[in-house]
Amino acid sequence: MITFIELLVNGISIGAVYALIALGFVIIFKATEVVNFAHASLLLAGGYVVARLHPYVGFWLALLIGIAAAAVVGALVEFLVIRRSKAANHSVLAIVTIGVDIVLTTELTRRIGTEVLAMGDPWESGVVHLGPITIAQTRIAALVVAALLITAFLLAFKFTGWGVAMRATAEDPETAALMGVRLGRVSLSAWAVAGGLAAVAALFLCVFPTPGLDRSSSLAALKAFPAAILGGLDSTTGALVGGLVVGVTEALMTGYQNDLAFLGRGIGDVAPFLVMIVILLLRPAGLFGTKELARV
Amino acid sequence: MSRLITWAAVLVAFVAVPFYLEGFWLQTGLFAMSAAVGAIGINLLTGATGQLSMGHAFFLAVGAYAYVSFSDDLGLPTPIAAVLAVLLAGVAGGLFSPIAGRLRGAYLGIATLALIFGGQHLLFNVEHVTGGFNGRAVPPLEIFGFAFADAPELILMNVPFGALERLWFLGGALLLLAALFARGVLRGRPGRAMNTIRDHEIAAGVMGVPVTRYRAGAFVLSSMYGGLAGVMLALVFQRTVPDYFGILLSLDYLAMIVIGGLGSVGGAVIGAVFVSLLPQLLTRYSDALPLVSAPGSGGVSPAEAARLLYGAAVVGVVLFLPGGLLGLLRSLRLRLPSLPTPLPDTRSSHVS
Repeated sequence: MITFIELLVNGISIGAVYALIALGFVIIFKATEVVNFAHASLLLAGGYVVARLHPYVGFWLALLIGIAAAAVVGALVEFLVIRRSKAANHSVLAIVTIGVDIVLTTELTRRIGTEVLAMGDPWESGVVHLGPITIAQTRIAALVVAALLITAFLLAFKFTGWGVAMRATAEDPETAALMGVRLGRVSLSAWAVAGGLAAVAALFLCVFPTPGLDRSSSLAALKAFPAAILGGLDSTTGALVGGLVVGVTEALMTGYQNDLAFLGRGIGDVAPFLVMIVILLLRPAGLFGTKELARV
Repeated sequence: MSRLITWAAVLVAFVAVPFYLEGFWLQTGLFAMSAAVGAIGINLLTGATGQLSMGHAFFLAVGAYAYVSFSDDLGLPTPIAAVLAVLLAGVAGGLFSPIAGRLRGAYLGIATLALIFGGQHLLFNVEHVTGGFNGRAVPPLEIFGFAFADAPELILMNVPFGALERLWFLGGALLLLAALFARGVLRGRPGRAMNTIRDHEIAAGVMGVPVTRYRAGAFVLSSMYGGLAGVMLALVFQRTVPDYFGILLSLDYLAMIVIGGLGSVGGAVIGAVFVSLLPQLLTRYSDALPLVSAPGSGGVSPAEAARLLYGAAVVGVVLFLPGGLLGLLRSLRLRLPSLPTPLPDTRSSHVS
C-alpha cells in the first residue's frame, strides 16, 4: 500500500510535468492549428541552456535564462518558419516542424554528446518523509511549480486581454482579426509561452531520480504527445487530465514491472502510448476534444 | 520518342552500374532503392491522402523481421517468406485501421508514435523471434536455385557478381514494379479519391467516397510498401538490428517525401535518393569538405551534418519550393522551350 501511494504521488508529479508540456502543445495548436512536432526539441533547448549555465550564474538565474531561451527559440520558429509558410495544408505545416525538430535535436544532441548534464537544482537528492511514505523533494517541487504555472496560465487565459485574444483566435481567426486582434502577435506569444513551459518541464524531467540531461531526454518529452492527444488536442483541460493519466500510468507500470514481467522489460515507457491507443479507439477526438461532426 | 530514348538510356546506365562501380556505391544505391520503395508507400498515405504517419519504421521492421522469422524459424522457401512478410506488414497496418481510418492528418501522426514505441518494445523483448538487442542474421534470398549471395561464385565479363551485384537487379526490378503499381493507383480512381480526401474530407464524402475505408486502405497499402522496403533492407544489410527501426527512420521517410515532392511517385524516389545518398557522400568525402569532421573527433560528424542538411532542406522546401525537388525539375523543364514537353499531368503535379 505504501509503495502504491508513493508511486501514485510520483506519478501525479511527473504527470503534472507532462501536463506542462502538453499544455504548451495545445496552446500552439489552438492559436495556429499547427501540430508542433518540434516541441521535444524546444524542451531540450531549454534544458540544455539551464544545464550549461548553472555553474556560472547560479541555478535560479540559469533557469530564468533557460526559460527565456526556449521561449525565444519557440518564437523564432513561429516567426521565421510557420509564418512564412504558405502551405494551406496543416499536415504540411506539421512536417515543417518535424524538419525544425531534426535540425534542433541533431545540433543539441551533438553538443551534449555522451555527457549526462546535471541541472544544478537546489533539491538534489533530498527526500521528505511523511509517516511511512518517502517522496523525493524534486517531485514535490515539480508538483507545486506545475500546479502554480498551470493555474496562472488558466487564469491569464480566462481574464487577461491576451487570454481573450487567444481564445477569440482559436474560435474564429477571421472574426478575431476583424475585431482588432493581431493574429501574428497571438501566435507568436503562443509559441513563446509553450517554449517557456517546455523549459520548466525540461528541468523537472531531468532532476533526481533521473540522472540528468542526456541525449535521450527528448524521447522522454515525446510522452507528452499522447498526453495532449488523449485529452483532446484543442482542450486545455484535456492536456491536464492527459498529463496526469500518462504520468500515473507510467509510474505504476514502472513500479510494478516485476509483477508485469510477462509484458517485457521497460513496459513503463510504452504504457502511455498503449493508453493513448485504447482511448483513441473509444473516443477518436480524445477525452475532452471537440468532436467534429459532419454528416454526409 | 524522346521519352523512349530517355528510358533506354536510364536502363543502360542501370545495367552498367554493377560492372563499373565498387561495392560501397552498390550498397548505397541499394539502400536508396529500398528507401524509395518505402517512400513511395508513405507518399501514398501522407502525400496523396494527407494522413501523417510517424510509424513507417514499424512496418519496415515487421517486413524485415517477418522475412527472417518465416524463412529461418518456419523453414519456408525464401521467396514465399518475402511475400508473406509483405502481407504481414499489410495485416499489421490493417489491425491499426480502426485508428488509421478515423483520425485525420496530424492526429494520426501522433497516434502512430505508439507503433514506433510499441514496436521497439516488442523488438527488444520478444527475443525468440527478433533476437533481442543483437538482432538476427538474414538468410539470403534464393529464387529457383539462384542465390542472392556471394557463395556460388559467378563471374560476368570479368566482374565477380557477389550478393550486392545480384541484389542490384532484384532491387531495381522491385522498385520499378512498386513505382508502376503506385502510379496506377494514383492516376486511377483510387488516387482521385485519395486526393479529394486530402483536399476536402467533407467534399469527398459528399461525392460518395467512403472516407474511412479509403484512409484505412491507404494505410494498409503504405504499410505493405513499408514491409517490402524492410525485406529489401534486410537482404542488403544481411542483419536486422532493432535500434535501426526507431523514430529517426520514420522522420527520415517524412523528410524524403517532403524534399522530393508530396503526392507523387517520382517525388518519393527523388527524395529517397537524396536523403539516403547525402550521409554516404558526406562520409566518403568528409576529408575534403569544410565544417565536416570524422566521427568522434568532436566536430560535426558526416551523419550529423547530413541530418542538419536535410532537416534544413525540409524547412527550405516547404517555404520556397512547394512542389519539392520534382516540382523544381518540372518548372525547369517548362522553362526550356527547345525541349518537347509532355502535357503537364495535372493530377500528379497537384501538390498542396
